[in-house]
Amino acid sequence: MTETADRLFQGADWDFPTLQRIHDACEKIARSELGLDVYPNQIEVITAEQMLDAYSSVGMPLFYKHWSFGKHFAFQEASYRKGLMGLAYEIVINSSPCISYLMEENTATMQTLVIAHAAFGHNHFFKNNYLFKQWTDADGILDYLEFAKGYVAQCEERHGRQAVEQTMDAAHALMSHGIDRYPGKKNLDLRAEEKRAGQRRLHEESVFNDLWRTVPTGPAKTSAVLSVERRRTLLGLPQENILYFLEKSAPRLQPWQRELLRIVRHIAQYFYPQSQTKVMNEGTATYVHYRIMTHLHEQGQISDGNFLEFLQSHTNVVFQPDFDDPRFSGFNPYALGFAMMQDIERIVTSPDDEDREWFPEIAGTGDTMGVLRSVWANYRDESFITQFLSPRLMRRLRLFHLHDDPAETAGIRVDAIHDERGYRRVRRELARQYDVGYIDANIEVVDVDLAGDRRLMLRHTVVKGAQLNEVDTRRVLQHLADLWSYDVSLVETDTADKVLKEYVLSPRTMAAAA
Amino acid sequence: MAIHIVDRRLNPGSKSLENRQRFLRRAKALVQGAVKKSSQDRDIKDVLEGGEISIPLDGMDEPRFRREGGTRDMVLPGNKKFIEGDMLPRPSQGGGKGSGPGEGDSEDAFRFVLSRDEFVDLFLDDLELPDLAKRKLAEAESEGIQRAGYATSGSPANISISRTVSRAMARRVALRRPRPEAIAELEAEAETCDEARRAELLAEIETLKAKARRIPFIDPIDIRYRRFESVPKPVAQAVMFCLMDVSGSMSEHMKDLAKRFYMLLYVFLKRRYRHVEIVFIRHTDRAEEVDEDTFFHGPASGGTLVSSALQAMHDIVRSRFRPADWNIYAAQASDGDNMTSDSPVTGHLLTDMILPVCQFFAYLEVGEAANYTFDMPDSSLWTLYERLRAEGAPLSMRKVSERSEIFPVFHDLFQRRGKHERAAP
Repeated sequence: MTETADRLFQGADWDFPTLQRIHDACEKIARSELGLDVYPNQIEVITAEQMLDAYSSVGMPLFYKHWSFGKHFAFQEASYRKGLMGLAYEIVINSSPCISYLMEENTATMQTLVIAHAAFGHNHFFKNNYLFKQWTDADGILDYLEFAKGYVAQCEERHGRQAVEQTMDAAHALMSHGIDRYPGKKNLDLRAEEKRAGQRRLHEESVFNDLWRTVPTGPAKTSAVLSVERRRTLLGLPQENILYFLEKSAPRLQPWQRELLRIVRHIAQYFYPQSQTKVMNEGTATYVHYRIMTHLHEQGQISDGNFLEFLQSHTNVVFQPDFDDPRFSGFNPYALGFAMMQDIERIVTSPDDEDREWFPEIAGTGDTMGVLRSVWANYRDESFITQFLSPRLMRRLRLFHLHDDPAETAGIRVDAIHDERGYRRVRRELARQYDVGYIDANIEVVDVDLAGDRRLMLRHTVVKGAQLNEVDTRRVLQHLADLWSYDVSLVETDTADKVLKEYVLSPRTMAAAA
Repeated sequence: MAIHIVDRRLNPGSKSLENRQRFLRRAKALVQGAVKKSSQDRDIKDVLEGGEISIPLDGMDEPRFRREGGTRDMVLPGNKKFIEGDMLPRPSQGGGKGSGPGEGDSEDAFRFVLSRDEFVDLFLDDLELPDLAKRKLAEAESEGIQRAGYATSGSPANISISRTVSRAMARRVALRRPRPEAIAELEAEAETCDEARRAELLAEIETLKAKARRIPFIDPIDIRYRRFESVPKPVAQAVMFCLMDVSGSMSEHMKDLAKRFYMLLYVFLKRRYRHVEIVFIRHTDRAEEVDEDTFFHGPASGGTLVSSALQAMHDIVRSRFRPADWNIYAAQASDGDNMTSDSPVTGHLLTDMILPVCQFFAYLEVGEAANYTFDMPDSSLWTLYERLRAEGAPLSMRKVSERSEIFPVFHDLFQRRGKHERAAP
């Protein structure tokens, strides 16, 4: 069975036919054994410099030009040259075909690992996870980037680089607030609307009772209140997608500036699912590459030596240092994701009583891949952890929850640990760390003073006392005011509507406003 | 299923070059400051080697809404001994956040590597050739000759044989000029065949020969001449004269100052001109052209006659560097001593011979470090040059006594100016 003739490659060298063989072997396992459903693959072999290039433009193969990418490139190049930073083995792009970049320095084993990881693991996740399906258009993204690049360049020609740069700087500053967090309201078509109106009328007629007319109502709303409400409705307020609001409602933007805001907004939206699924995405890819590599080894397609090389890389990837380890820098999404995927496999195939109690739906069903595929399709990090972090894994990782209240003088309280009383609380808190609702500041456009000085009013709802950094906030608001071209105010209020801080900024004159 | 494997390694590199340039342009003021600062610490030789610089992050920030403070909750792995309800002392403020998942604020300075070209560009960016009256010479263009296709007329020397012959052949083929081989073949056949056939053949041969005569092998209309056009060619070479007083009164320190100035000038010229030559002329009471090593280190002693150096420069210019072909730059370094009797000669040489052919003439008066140079009365040479300048001679002059002053002085001399503003003393 372990004929050397069956080997995909010998030693560390590879060439393009080898990559093809590796891909085909991986694909066979991915389809037959794991039942993965992937976009067509495109594998691109690149150099270290090109990898750095890709890093600096958020991994995308083509991107519009902007100085901040140059800044990141210079920074990363410096740290790479100093040896402070290694480069990733691969970058994978959520597009159709799914593009994976492979570094030319990788050994044959590493290329196998990377193909299994990116071209099948990530690829399957991109194609099947509901967030990606909902928010990204894998077929269109490369064309859109191409368009964006061309459009930005064209704007620079027409309107001057400085004007475009100012707009892009402002848009970038607001990028994290240019995302629709909820699927948009579907535009109702007129026929359905008419039908609904008819149904409503029928319902009113059927439940008509003259008695209701005599029930006293509250004091009538004054016309002022009504007009405020009407204005806010017309402007679509409150609106947490600040870039969208500016694009649609900023009074003095040029059409091309609106289009630039739109481009930045779309790209931010494209990356939105990735930030919500780091643990799952890496967990999926790591689990898939582990299964594929193990299988290749069992079939004798890779040698023992190559398999050991793989195991070493794999172990490095899924290493999770303890909190008091100098290497600790938060949870390693590879480690957590992979551990949870393996844990699910264990629960499905050989559960114990605790698992049966905690996970009655999946414990012992035996269909590992079926369960995993549905998990990969229907969850994001927050819900995944809430649902599937098992007590056994919490014990293994020895998780504990710290509560740091600045008002508490005695210090930081250990709120829960990995014991019977703590499992649910630890799990809830860990899930919250991955909840986008908590990660990003909750800032909304609440109103515009149309009758007065056209001031744009924003509100930051402070959660758990975390206020905005003042210096940065002023800078961002300055950008915002430049786009809005009238004053902008931001109030920070706590949950009881008490105003904690207020910022007001006036616009600078923009080059483009002339 | 289809899979594409693409080799991107051969794609043109530095895809992000433009982004980098944008970044540098944007951070120009900061980067320039950093370049100047880092160049002060280096040897001039290494100044232009590029290398790592650091700029404050502050000017290049990309602000975002960031939150800080407040109540924090975190879940961490690797519990060893904690149980629920334990109170842990907060890590001291100086010690950082300890185990907390800090925001990851990086260092407050941003370090990156500049290439040699980028470094030189930034280093010399706001400098420009001086705005002198003779400025047009700097842009002077000489006529050059360049091939420009073919013409139907021209000098016989310019006949393009290949073009002419190929046109002739085309014409012969088109007009069906009988080939000599064909005629020879017919003639050979006529030798051997019978009478009737021979008469026929002879008639045919005659027609062919007549046709061949009518259609010449080379016709005047075939002839083509190589055409030349004269194009203006910018003068892309410069010569730099380094004049230095090496009499006993010049110390090593003074020579070092002069050397630094020459180097900067060389680098600056090198950036503008494709080809830069350097001529070293040292003088005491006699002047001689020497190589670089002798220039800076060779021993010499004697009196001081500045005019000798100017005369030597003038001779060299006349014999080797035609002002029409060369951009001439000169930098003179001296401690200012000169024989009083020499002044009229020096003044005459300078205003009448040297300055009219020079793009730029700089005089650098070097002094001892921490000397009270500026309180002392002006030296004889300084007084002379000052007078010439006042009379309108396009001279640039500065006094230097410290190593660190060299760059500012250089910078000052070549600073980009308004159109009509002249170099101020």
